[in-house]
Amino acid sequence: MAYSVNISQTDSDSESDFEDMGGSKPGQGTFRFIRESAASTQRCPESLQMDDFRGCTGANREDLPFTASGHMRDETLDTGQRKSLQRHHWSAATLKVLSSMPSRTAGINAVIPKYARDSSQQPQTSSHDSSHHSKPIQEETSAEEKQLVSNLRGLSVSEAMRKLRATPLSLADKMRVRRLAFRDVDESSFISRNIPCYRRLGVYISRTWSHCLFICLSVLTSLQLWHSPMKILSGRFGTGVLSYFLFLRTLLLFNLFLFTINGLFLVFPQAVNPPPHDPHSNNFTGLELLTGTGYLSQSVMFYGFYTNTTLTTCRAANSNATNTADLPICDPHQPHMVPYSIPAAYLFTIAIAFFIICIILVMSKSFGRSFQVLKSNRDLAGNIFCIWDFKVSKNTSVRLQSEKISTQLKELMSELTSGEDAKSYTLRLCRLMVHVLAWVTCLISIVLSAMAVHYLSEACITQSPFKDTELVLPAVVSAINLLLPGLFNLCTWVENYDSPSVCVYVSIFRNLMLKVSIIGVLCFRWLGRIAVEPVNHGLQCWENCVGQELYRLLLMDFVFTVLYTFLGEFLWRLFFKQVLKRNRKPVFDIARNVLELIYGQTLTWLGVLFAPLLPAVQILKLFALFYMKKSSVLLNCQASRQPWRASQMTTLFVFLLFFPSYLGAAVSVIYTIWTIKPSTECGPFRNLTTMFHSGKLWVQQLESSNTLLFWLSKAYDFLVENPLFLFLVNGFFLIVIYVHSQVVDGQRRIVSQLQKQIENEGKDKKFLITNLQALYERSSLVSPNR
Amino acid sequence: MGTTASQLGKDMLSEYQELTFLTKQEILLAHKRFTELLTKDEKDLPNNRVSMERILTLPELKSNPFRKRICNVFSTSEYKDGGLTFEDFLDLLSAFSDSATLEIKSHYAFRIFDFDDDGTLDCGDLEKLVNCLTGETDDTRLTPEEMRQLINNILEESDIDKDGTVNLSEFQHVISRSPDFVSSFKIVL
Repeated sequence: MAYSVNISQTDSDSESDFEDMGGSKPGQGTFRFIRESAASTQRCPESLQMDDFRGCTGANREDLPFTASGHMRDETLDTGQRKSLQRHHWSAATLKVLSSMPSRTAGINAVIPKYARDSSQQPQTSSHDSSHHSKPIQEETSAEEKQLVSNLRGLSVSEAMRKLRATPLSLADKMRVRRLAFRDVDESSFISRNIPCYRRLGVYISRTWSHCLFICLSVLTSLQLWHSPMKILSGRFGTGVLSYFLFLRTLLLFNLFLFTINGLFLVFPQAVNPPPHDPHSNNFTGLELLTGTGYLSQSVMFYGFYTNTTLTTCRAANSNATNTADLPICDPHQPHMVPYSIPAAYLFTIAIAFFIICIILVMSKSFGRSFQVLKSNRDLAGNIFCIWDFKVSKNTSVRLQSEKISTQLKELMSELTSGEDAKSYTLRLCRLMVHVLAWVTCLISIVLSAMAVHYLSEACITQSPFKDTELVLPAVVSAINLLLPGLFNLCTWVENYDSPSVCVYVSIFRNLMLKVSIIGVLCFRWLGRIAVEPVNHGLQCWENCVGQELYRLLLMDFVFTVLYTFLGEFLWRLFFKQVLKRNRKPVFDIARNVLELIYGQTLTWLGVLFAPLLPAVQILKLFALFYMKKSSVLLNCQASRQPWRASQMTTLFVFLLFFPSYLGAAVSVIYTIWTIKPSTECGPFRNLTTMFHSGKLWVQQLESSNTLLFWLSKAYDFLVENPLFLFLVNGFFLIVIYVHSQVVDGQRRIVSQLQKQIENEGKDKKFLITNLQALYERSSLVSPNR
Repeated sequence: MGTTASQLGKDMLSEYQELTFLTKQEILLAHKRFTELLTKDEKDLPNNRVSMERILTLPELKSNPFRKRICNVFSTSEYKDGGLTFEDFLDLLSAFSDSATLEIKSHYAFRIFDFDDDGTLDCGDLEKLVNCLTGETDDTRLTPEEMRQLINNILEESDIDKDGTVNLSEFQHVISRSPDFVSSFKIVL
């Protein structure tokens, strides 16, 4: 009799986006193993199948729980229940076949089939079957291992070790495989194989070199700054708070890099040959450390220290300049230092440092890879599997994490089941009014604060310049930066957003608006007012002034943060405990703190042109900030109850670091270099029309003095000055982008087609399994005594 | 200083370094923490196996809801009691280390979540997984309807061949789409 098994399929279009197949390169190795191991196991299950049938048909008739008609009844139930019923009442034979299917034995896991078969056998088979099947199992595991060993033999030693490390076997198995694979090789030392003497030296050198490289890398990674404090923090607070401290460490590394480059190429050469010292300002008071004027303004810290000279150790034979009169004449037959032009060094150091930072930011892993994350919508399964943070070890934090997950899941389920509640019209209108009011309040406060900063700066400029009111402007800016986010938090609390992630995004956006507007006003003050008419304000050296202002801003920001951390969070906790009598500590506001870090970094990047040692100040500030924030978090805060999508947030923060912060600073610096006239009396670019001009002059000097570098100046003329070349390069990049986007589209289409193909194969599988089950039941009904 | 069994030989150390994702310092630290779990007379025995209860006294594993599954997955004992030798312990740390590849992590995560060890994640496994995630108190657990709907949604998203279970390839496919996994599947001593 023909069973018309009507398996209704749930035709679900998959909602999530698919990565392009190029992204699965590491997985291709596994896939090859899947295919290979599937091929190797395919020989065995057929014999297993037939034996099972004959073996089990007689012995396990009593275990047959289902009659044929009962099976037909299941089709009317819904898919989920039917699936579960089917699985529970499948016979031992079917289960055995299923557990040896290639999809269940995928990958080099000689262990899973063993456990799978053991556990599938346990509830239903007798001892007769288990002993009957132990032999084929052992033969199969060694067959897979033999496959692995032969694969490893075909590779080079280092490749094989890397592959072996990445296979999911236990350590004992791996050691056995390694011994089998390299049986021909003397295990004690791979180098003492029978290689001829003349090659031994080369092998030894390459081995020592790779050893050194490995040591350097391991030193760099074990130089993991702040490893144990971060472990304590992640154990207690989870990945969210940890991401703030990781971001802080990344910024520290950026600043270290900037400081090293500036120090090597700019500060050190000039410090070794200092300019003539101005005698009347060398009494040093402590306040100058805060304001940056006086003694510090003459130091290597600021722009004014640098001269427009060229450092040489000898002078040319025909020059009669007075400043090089005491140097010996250059002897062409003896090595002498290439003339080191400070203005050119200044320009090119800053430019190259910015360029390298741009490349690092764009190529950073969290930036590139997670643009896909930003695109994908709700990914429930992925969330469930990845949601548990294994680093959390403290008992209360684990419980808190479970609560967080439970809340999140319940919210998600209620969202799915009920959909949008039919709110009444008045309620919706009310909520809309509240939102509009909150937004208007925030925007008005931002505009007011920007105007306040603007008027204050104008007042400072028009009044007696720059002596008495130095610290007022930075203090006002820092106070605004501190207080207004509190107002924004209040607004979001009043608005009571439904989804916590929307809440976080809204508060980030408002904070960002505030900081962008304030920095914009300040940039206008520096570049639009001070730089343009320096003489009117009585300034000899406007770059020094701008550098000092940035220095003061940075320090004031730090001072206010210290005050807020110690007083604010501490007092808040006391207030909660004593007045409100609740044991609830405040939550560490990750978004706000990260934006503060980004703000500080923007100031550093803006200021590096005017104060080359500003990254050093930022390094010290970040160091102190780490320890302060760590102790504050551990003492005063508790873990947040809201879930924090760590990777999405890290993407967002790196994006914010790049887009408004770095690009804004880069645009300001380029604008300054390109268009603004440097001051005539100080700095390396005095008496030039623009700072960029010095680059051109240097190139001309190179042409005239050293014909060997002629090609460099020719390349410069050809590349930078020629618009056709830039046009061609842009066109080329646009074509590359277009081709890549077409390839991605094509791959997406292939992925969706393969998806449908897999679904069809799944339908085939279900069809075969139910038919197999039906056949078995029918044959056991027909022949009960065999 | 201790007997020879409680110190690692140099070639064993380099072999472990080659076959796992751990650095030398991590292996030595693991050895130190492991020998702290042994009693005085056990320290002389080679290749001894520490019972699961003692392993679970480690602070990194003590409160983890998956601790028993982790011990069972990495244990190579014939009695399936979850006891770990030092090499099993290194396997554990290697899979949870910083430099382990995504495939290794997803492979072991799959085995940890496969509560009944049958090679796939079916509804029972997913239900136990969600219960482990949401904790043990009654007010954090999901109601049966919520659980059923959640499992249906998970299967809808991840079961590509629609057989009602999530096998290893489907699991790895789902994992590869979320970048949170590598950073959350980490245990550091």
